[in-house]
Amino acid sequence: MSTPADQLPPAAESSPTHQQEVTLRNPPLPSGEVLTRALLASVFVIAACGLVYELIAAAASTYLLGDSVTQFSLVIGVYLASMGIGSYLSQYVTDKIVTRFVDIELLIALVGGFSAAIMFFTFAYAGPGFRVVLYLLVVLVGIFVGLEIPLVMRILKERLGFKDLVAQVLSFDYIGALGVSIAFPLFLAPRLGLIRTAFLFGFMNAAIALWAVWLFRDRLKNAFAMGVKCVVVLAMLAAGFIWSDELTRMSEDQLYSDQIVHAESSRAQRIVITRWRDDLRLHLNGNLQFSSMDEYRYHEALVHPVLATLPGARRVLVLGGGDGMAVREILKYPQVESVTLVDLDPAMTKLFSSAEQLRKLNADALNSPKVKVENADAFVWLEQSREFFDFVVIDFPDPSNHSLGKLYTTAFYSLLKRRMAEGGMAVIQSTSPLYARKSFWCVVTTLEESGFNPTPYHTLVPSFGEWGFIAITKKDGPREYSPPAAYTVPTRFMDAKLHPALFTFPKDMERVPTVVNRLNNQALVQYFEGEWRRGGS
Amino acid sequence: MDRRSFLAVSAALAASGCGRTAKSPAPPPGTLTHTGHELGHRLRDGGLPPAGETLKRKVVIVGAGMSGLSAAWRLQRAGFTDFELLELESSAGGNSRWGQNAVSAFPLGAHYIPLPTPEARAARHLLADIGVLHGNPDAKSPKYEERALVQAPQERLYRNGQWVDNLNPTEGISAEDRDEWQRFAARMRAFQAARGRDGRRAFAIPLAHSSRDPEFVNLDRITMAAWLEAEAFTSEAVHWLVNYATRDDYGCDYRSVSAWAGIHYFACRDSAFSQEGDHDAVLTWPAGNGHVVRKLLERGRFTVRPRALVFRIEPRAKDVALGVFLADEARSVTVVADEVIWAAPFAFAARALAGESDLAAALKARDYAPWITANLTLSEPPYAHHGAPLAWDNVIHDSASLGYVVATHQGVATLPGPTVLTWYFPLAAIAPREGRRKLMNLRREAWVETALRDIEKPHPEIRAITREVDVFANGHAMVVPRPGLIWGPEQARVQAWNAARGTRLHFAHADASGLSLFEEANDRGVAAAEAVLAKLGVKSDTLRYRRA
Ligand SMILES: Cc1cc2nc3c(=O)[nH]c(=O)nc-3n(C[C@H](O)[C@H](O)[C@H](O)COP(=O)(O)OP(=O)(O)OC[C@H]3O[C@@H](n4cnc5c(N)ncnc54)[C@H](O)[C@@H]3O)c2cc1C
Repeated sequence: MSTPADQLPPAAESSPTHQQEVTLRNPPLPSGEVLTRALLASVFVIAACGLVYELIAAAASTYLLGDSVTQFSLVIGVYLASMGIGSYLSQYVTDKIVTRFVDIELLIALVGGFSAAIMFFTFAYAGPGFRVVLYLLVVLVGIFVGLEIPLVMRILKERLGFKDLVAQVLSFDYIGALGVSIAFPLFLAPRLGLIRTAFLFGFMNAAIALWAVWLFRDRLKNAFAMGVKCVVVLAMLAAGFIWSDELTRMSEDQLYSDQIVHAESSRAQRIVITRWRDDLRLHLNGNLQFSSMDEYRYHEALVHPVLATLPGARRVLVLGGGDGMAVREILKYPQVESVTLVDLDPAMTKLFSSAEQLRKLNADALNSPKVKVENADAFVWLEQSREFFDFVVIDFPDPSNHSLGKLYTTAFYSLLKRRMAEGGMAVIQSTSPLYARKSFWCVVTTLEESGFNPTPYHTLVPSFGEWGFIAITKKDGPREYSPPAAYTVPTRFMDAKLHPALFTFPKDMERVPTVVNRLNNQALVQYFEGEWRRGGS
Repeated sequence: MDRRSFLAVSAALAASGCGRTAKSPAPPPGTLTHTGHELGHRLRDGGLPPAGETLKRKVVIVGAGMSGLSAAWRLQRAGFTDFELLELESSAGGNSRWGQNAVSAFPLGAHYIPLPTPEARAARHLLADIGVLHGNPDAKSPKYEERALVQAPQERLYRNGQWVDNLNPTEGISAEDRDEWQRFAARMRAFQAARGRDGRRAFAIPLAHSSRDPEFVNLDRITMAAWLEAEAFTSEAVHWLVNYATRDDYGCDYRSVSAWAGIHYFACRDSAFSQEGDHDAVLTWPAGNGHVVRKLLERGRFTVRPRALVFRIEPRAKDVALGVFLADEARSVTVVADEVIWAAPFAFAARALAGESDLAAALKARDYAPWITANLTLSEPPYAHHGAPLAWDNVIHDSASLGYVVATHQGVATLPGPTVLTWYFPLAAIAPREGRRKLMNLRREAWVETALRDIEKPHPEIRAITREVDVFANGHAMVVPRPGLIWGPEQARVQAWNAARGTRLHFAHADASGLSLFEEANDRGVAAAEAVLAKLGVKSDTLRYRRA
C-alpha cells in the first residue's frame, strides 16, 4: 500500500535500507527531543489517518455501488494521483509552515472526518450526483494528505539530519499505515462502521493540530486563536462521532425515503423494514425485496401457475424466501401436508414469525403447524437432505456475487433434481428478463443443461418492474408442464386470463443465446454485473 | 464515545502497528511433520535389525504413493488381488497425502489434476472409476464431475500492491514486454501442435507418448533459461512466468531445469480436450489429490502395510527377495515375491539394490527438490483489499513462495467462514542438498514466520486471523528434471531393465518419467501392473494409450 511518504521523490529513493537502520539503532536525538518525538508520533497518526480515508472511500463506494474491484482501483488511483498533486503543491508553501500545517490538519480532519457521512447522505439525497461528491472528497483528502507530510518533514528537518529524517518519517509512516491496514478490516469497519471510523480519525487529525499549536506556542503569533479553531473542529467531530448512529439512520431514512420501522444487522445481511402509510417494504443490504403494495403479485406469480397444476403435491420445499410470503400462498392448497422452509438467516425467519405487522402480512405462515423452518445454507442443506418434494420454490437473491451465483449453477440444479419426487415440479425466481435479459435466459439455458424442461414466464410487479420466473419439470419425468385451466384457491392477481401474456415473451425480452452457468465459470454473475447496475433506489 | 474508549482504540491501533517492529507475539500453534524422517535415516545409517522370518508373496508393491496405488488399482481391476502394498509412512498417498482438521481437509502436497489428455488414458479410466469422470473416458472431451472442477475465480496474482485476475503478463507491463509475451505464447502454441517425424506429439503427457524426434528431444540438453536466452527472450515478465512454471511443477529454478521439461509445462495439454475449451481447467478438492488417494483406498479396500521400510532388494532368477523393516513390530523380515513393483523414489532403490551395480548407478543419477508446505487455519477468510477477489490459487509475484491455495474454495456455502490456506514453498533458490539441510535444521517457528511474512504482503491482517499452522517438510519431494535426465542414458537404462524379458522387478514411480506429475505416476504404475499381469498370465486389455 502506498503511503504519503512514497510520493516524495527524495524519500522514495532511499527508503528500504534506512527503514531497517531505524529499527536497529536509536539515533541520538538533538536538543528538544521531546518535540522531535512528538512530531514523529504525529507522523504515525497522520499516516494512519491518510490511509483510513482512502479505505473508507473505497469501502463506502463498494457498499453503495457494488463491484468492489472497480471501486477499489478507481478510488485508490484517484487518491494516489491527488496525493502526488498535494506533495507537488507543498513546494509553494514557503512561510509560516507551522501555521499552514495546522490549517491543513484541520482541513483533513473536517473533510476526512465527515467524508463517510457526506457520502452516505449524498447517496441518499443526490442519487446520481453521488459519484461527483465521492471523487471530490477523494481528491480533496488526497491533496491535503499529499501536502501534510512534506510539511511535517520540513518542520522536522530543522531538528534532524536529512538522512535520519527520511528514515524516521518513513518508518513511522509505515507503522501507522500497517496498523490501519490491520485494524480496518478486523476492527474498524465491522465494529465501528464507516461513518464512525471517519469521525474517529478526523478527531485524531484535529488532535494532532491542537498538539502542534501547543508545542510551537512560543513561535506562533496567534497561538490562542489557532487553539480555539482546533477545539471547535474537535467539538464538531466529537459530536459527529457521538451521533453517528443517528446520522446513519437519517441517511438510511432518506435512502429508503420512508420511515424505518425495523433495522438490524445479522451475520448474513442488513435487514431494514420501512413503512409509508400502508406500504411495508423489506430491504436486504439495501436491495428492495418486496413492497406490501404489490408483493402479492410477485408471490402469486411465483407459486400458483405451478402449484395449481399439482393436485397431488403434499410435500413442499421453499428455498430462500424467509419472509414467509411464498409459504402463505402455498398453504392455500389443502393437499399440501408439509412445507419445509430453508433460509440462511435466522434473523429473517424470526422477525417474520414474531413481528405482528409482518405476521399479518404473511398470514402467520411461519407459525403454521405444517411449516418447518430450517436455518441453513440452501446448497449445503440440499446436499445433505434425503427427502423428496413434490413442489420446490426457489426464491434466492439475484446472482450479484460469486457466492450467490453458485445457487444458479448446474451443480445446484442437479442436486435439486435429485430431491424432486417423480412427477415433481419446481419454480425459480430468475431476475428480470427485461433489465437482465442475458441473465434470465442464462438461467433457462442452465436448467436445460441440468436435465429440466423449463417453461419461462413473466409478469409486471410495479415496485420491481417486469419480473421473470421459470417453471421446471424433469426431462426424463412423466409429465410436461401446461398451465392450469383455472385457479381454485383465492387470489388477488393470478387468473387464467393472464396466461397468454404470462407465457409470451415480447421482442425486447425474447430469448438470447447464452452459455451455461457452472461453478467453474460463474458466467451468470458476469452477465448480471454487466446488465444490472443498481441505480439510486 | 467517552474518553476511555477513545484511548482504548488509539492504544489498540498503536499496539497493532508497533507489534511488528517490537517483539513479535508467539507464533500460532501447530505441528511440524517430516517425510521419511526416522525410518529413512535408519536406512541410510544401516541401523536396522537383520531379517528373521521369511514371508512368501505373489506380488509386492513398494510405496503407496500415486504410482503404487495406481498399480494396485490396475491389478485389482483385472481381477488380481493377491498383492501387498508396503509403505514407509504411517499413511498412504506419498506426495498426494492430505490432512484434516475441524475446518476443512487440506493438501500436504499435490493439489490438482489438469484435465487429462487422451494420452493420459489410464488416468481418465481411474477418474471414471472413482466417480470424477462421467460417461466414456475415451471420448475426446469427457464430462467431469462439476464439483471437482475448480470453481471460478481460479487464480490471481499479487503484483505492485494489487491483485490481478490472471497469472499471464497482460496488464501493467510495457508494450515490449507484451509483444515478447505474445511471441513466447505463440512459440508455445506451436510446440503444442507440433508432431515429430515419428508422427507423435512433440510434448505429450504422459511423456512416454512423446515424439523421439531429435528436433525436440535435443531440447533436453540445455536448461530452460539457456533456451530463453538462445531464443532472445529477455523480458522480465516472460522470465518470471517461466521460472514460476518450473518452480510450480518441478520445484526448481528454470536455470536448473531442462528446456524440454520447461516447454512441456506449456505445451503438453490442449484445450480441445476440455468441455468448454478451457485450457486451464483443473480438477481439485479440499484435500487436493488426497481425494483421489482416499477414493482409491475406499474403493479398492487395499491393505496397505504402514511403517514398512524396504531396505534391501535382491532380484533373483525365480523371484525377488526384499528386506523389510516393520517399524511397528520393531523387527525385519524377508519377503520373497514372484513380482515386485518399485513405486518409491529411485534413489532409495539404488541404496537398497543388491548387485546390479550399473542399474543402481542409473537409479541413483537423480536428485530431488525439497519442499515446504504450510497449512494455515484461519478464523475467517483473508480480507479483500485491492483488486481481484479471493481465488483458488493466489500467487505472489515478488516472492520465493508460490503463494497459497484455498482449501474451502470448492465449497458451496454462501457465507464466508473459517478456512485453511495451503502455502507452497519450493526451496528452489538453493541446491537440493542445502535445502534438505535447512529442512532438517530449522524449527517449525522459523517456517511459520517465513510463511506469515510472505502472506503478510498482500494480507497485513494475516497474523491476527491465523489460528494454527501445520508445516510439512518433504526432503525428497520431486525429481529434478535436470538437462539430460528425461531423454538421457540413465532413464534409458531403467526402461531397458523394465522391458527386458523375465524381469521380476518393475520400476514404476514418477521418477521413471523424470517429471513429478500425477499423470506420470499413474501411467508408470499402470504400465508396471500390466507387465506383471502379462507375466502372471492374467488376460486384460491395456488401459494405456495406444496410437490409432
Ligand atoms: C508440494 C508438492 C505439490 C505437488 N503438486 C502436484 C499437483 O498439484 N499436481 C500433480 O499432478 N502433481 C503434483 N505433485 C507431484 C506428485 O509428486 C505426483 O502427483 C504424485 O503424487 C507422485 O506419486 P509417486 O507415487 O510417483 O511418488 P510418491 O508420492 O513419492 O510416492 C512414493 C511412496 O513411496 C514411499 N516410500 C519411499 N521409500 C520407501 C521405502 N524404502 N519403502 C517403502 N515405501 C517407501 C513413500 O513414503 C511414498 O508414499 C506435487 C508434489 C509435491 C511435493
